[in-house]
Amino acid sequence: MDCIVTGGNVKVLAKAIHSLSRIGDELYVEPQEDGLALRSVNSSRSAYACFLFAPLFFSRYTVHSGHTFRCKMAIKSVQAVFRSLASLEKTVEKCHIELDDQNNRLTFTLHCKHGLMKTHNLSFQDSESLQAVFDKDSYANVFRSHPRLLVDTVMHFPPSLEEVTVSVSDERMWVRNHVEEEGDQSKAMLTELCLASDEFDHFAVQAHNSVTFCLKELRGLLVFAESTGLPMSMYFDEPGSPVVLSVTDSVLEGNFVLATLSDDPNHRKKNNSRRTHTRPPPPPDDFMNDDIDSYLIAMDTSVAPGSSATGPPTPPLSQDKDTQPPNKKFCSLFFGSVLPPSSQMSTQPVSSQQVLASDSEDDVQ
Amino acid sequence: MKFRGKIIDIACLNHFTRVITTISKLTKTCVLRLTPDNLFFVLSGKVANGGVSMWCELSQANFFDEYQMEGVSPEDNEICLEVTPENLSRALKTIQNAKAVKVKLTKKHCPCLTIAAELPTLSSISRVVTHDVPVDVIPRRLWNEFKEPSMPDFDVSIYLPPLKTLKNIVDRMKNLSNFLVIEANLSGEMNLKIETDLVSVTTHFKDLGNPPWGDDASQDGGPSQSRDPEAMAQARVDIRKLQQFLMGQQVNPSKAMCNIVHERGRPPDSAA
Repeated sequence: MDCIVTGGNVKVLAKAIHSLSRIGDELYVEPQEDGLALRSVNSSRSAYACFLFAPLFFSRYTVHSGHTFRCKMAIKSVQAVFRSLASLEKTVEKCHIELDDQNNRLTFTLHCKHGLMKTHNLSFQDSESLQAVFDKDSYANVFRSHPRLLVDTVMHFPPSLEEVTVSVSDERMWVRNHVEEEGDQSKAMLTELCLASDEFDHFAVQAHNSVTFCLKELRGLLVFAESTGLPMSMYFDEPGSPVVLSVTDSVLEGNFVLATLSDDPNHRKKNNSRRTHTRPPPPPDDFMNDDIDSYLIAMDTSVAPGSSATGPPTPPLSQDKDTQPPNKKFCSLFFGSVLPPSSQMSTQPVSSQQVLASDSEDDVQ
Repeated sequence: MKFRGKIIDIACLNHFTRVITTISKLTKTCVLRLTPDNLFFVLSGKVANGGVSMWCELSQANFFDEYQMEGVSPEDNEICLEVTPENLSRALKTIQNAKAVKVKLTKKHCPCLTIAAELPTLSSISRVVTHDVPVDVIPRRLWNEFKEPSMPDFDVSIYLPPLKTLKNIVDRMKNLSNFLVIEANLSGEMNLKIETDLVSVTTHFKDLGNPPWGDDASQDGGPSQSRDPEAMAQARVDIRKLQQFLMGQQVNPSKAMCNIVHERGRPPDSAA
C-alpha cells in the first residue's frame, strides 16, 4: 500500500481518525481497490464506525492487487501522528502512508514546511477484516440535516449522558434521555427535545419507531461532521436493529453504526401518554458490562456460501425464564464475511447476509 | 397545589439563571418556597450544612411575565419544595436564547418542576425543550424551619469591597490557615486577618461605607448609636466556607454587605 494525502485532506484524515478513537482503541486499516477503509469497533461490539476514503481523496493511491493487506493498530499511536490539528493545517503539506513489508511497519511521513519531515513507523498486527452487516437503505426511517441541528440537540443533554431515545412520528422527532426505570429513577432529570420535520433537509418516516442507543459514541461523528460541514444522515428501523449515521461526499463516506436496545414483545409496556411510542423496559445494569457471550457476535473471515443465515438478529435470550438476566439487551451488530473481491467492497454489504460464527480472532488472515 | 410561571424577557431569564447557578455552587439541595409575590431559596443553618445558611428572596414580578400559583390551602397559600439547584441550573443554562420559558409544577413519575422552553428556529415551528426536574414536596408541619431568619443583633454593618478582590485574597489566605478573622468598624474600615505559628497576614480595606440601618432595621435598637466608630467588631470564620460563598458568586451584586456579631460562636451573615 502506498498513498499520499495532500493539503487540507490531511486534516480531514486526522479528524476522521480522532472521531474513530471515540469508538474503540484499535484502528483497523484496510486498503481496498475502491479506497482506504479505516474502521473501529468498541469492546462490546455495540458500536462500529468506518470511514472509506476513495482513491480521489488521495493525490496518489496504489494498492497491491492480489495481496490483500489488512491490519490493526493501536489508535493512540496513529493519533499521535496527527496530534495537533491546528499545526497540521499550518505546517503539513502532505502525508505519505506506506507499507513497509519487510519490517512489518506502516510508515507515516509528514512532509512539512521548510523541508521538515516527520516519519512515524507504526507497528501493526495482522487482522481479519472488520465489517459490520447493515443495510441502511432498507431502513424504514431516513433523515438528513446539517450537523448543526444534531449538535444543537445534543447540547441540551449533559456530556455524561449515556443513552438517548429517539422517537418519530410523521412530522416530529423527539429526543430524550433514557432513564432506567429501576434504581434512582425518582431523582433523575428528564430532558426531551422535540424537532419538527421541516428543520431537516430530508425527513422520511415509514414506521413510528422509538430507538435507544448510546449517545457518547456518536459525539465523535458529530465533531467530525460539524467541522467539515457535511450533511449528516440518520437511518433507523425497529428497536434492536442498529441506527446508522452517515456523512458522505464525493471522496469519502463515514458510517457510524450503533446498536439499539431491543424490544422484547413479552415485556413491552404500552405507554398511553400523549407520546404514543412505547417505552421498552431497560436493562438492569450498564449494558457494557453485560455478559458478553449472550450478545457478542464475532467476525467471520471465511466465505460460507451455505451457512445458516438465521432469522431475526436477536441474540439468544432467555425468553422463557423469568429470572436474570432480563430480556433487554443491546443487540450487537453483525459482522459478516468478507466476500471475494469481485463483489461489493464497500463499507456495507449489498445483501443482508447475516452470518453468525464463533470468534475467529485467532485466525491469521 | 399549582404553579405556573412564564419568562419571556431574555435579560430576566439570564438573571434568574445566574441566581440559580450561584445557589447551586453553595449547596446541593435547598428549599424553594413559592408565595404569590415571591420565590425564596432557603438553606436552613443546620449542623449538616456546616452551619451555613442561606436566604434568597426574589420578587416574582421582576422575572416572570406570567405567574400563577395556588398553595397547599387558602390559609397556607404557599408551596414548599426541596430542589436540587444544580439540575435547575443545568436546565436553564442551555436555553438562554429561548423565546419563552415556562416553569410549572407537574406530576410525572414524581413531583417535578418542568421547565419548557420554546427555542427559535429557522423553520416556522419552534423547537421545544422540556426538562423535568424532580422535586420533593415539603409537608406543612416542617414549614417553620424555613421561615425568614431573624437578623441577629449585629455590632457592625459594613459594605464589602468588590467580591472579586475579596475572593482573590481569601484564596491566597486559605493556603496558610483554616480560619480567618473578619473585623470591621463603623468608619468603613475592614481587616481580614490570619495568624499561624509562622506568619500572620492582614489585609486592610478602608472607605468601604457603612449601610444606614436606622431604628427600624433591627431588633433591640440594633448597632448601638453610642458605639465607638473606630472600635472593631470581630468574628472568626472557617475560610473554606467563606471561599465557597465567594466562589459561587455570579450575580454581580450592586451592594454586598457584611454584618458582624462581635466574637460570638456564629459566623457572620452576609447579605447581598
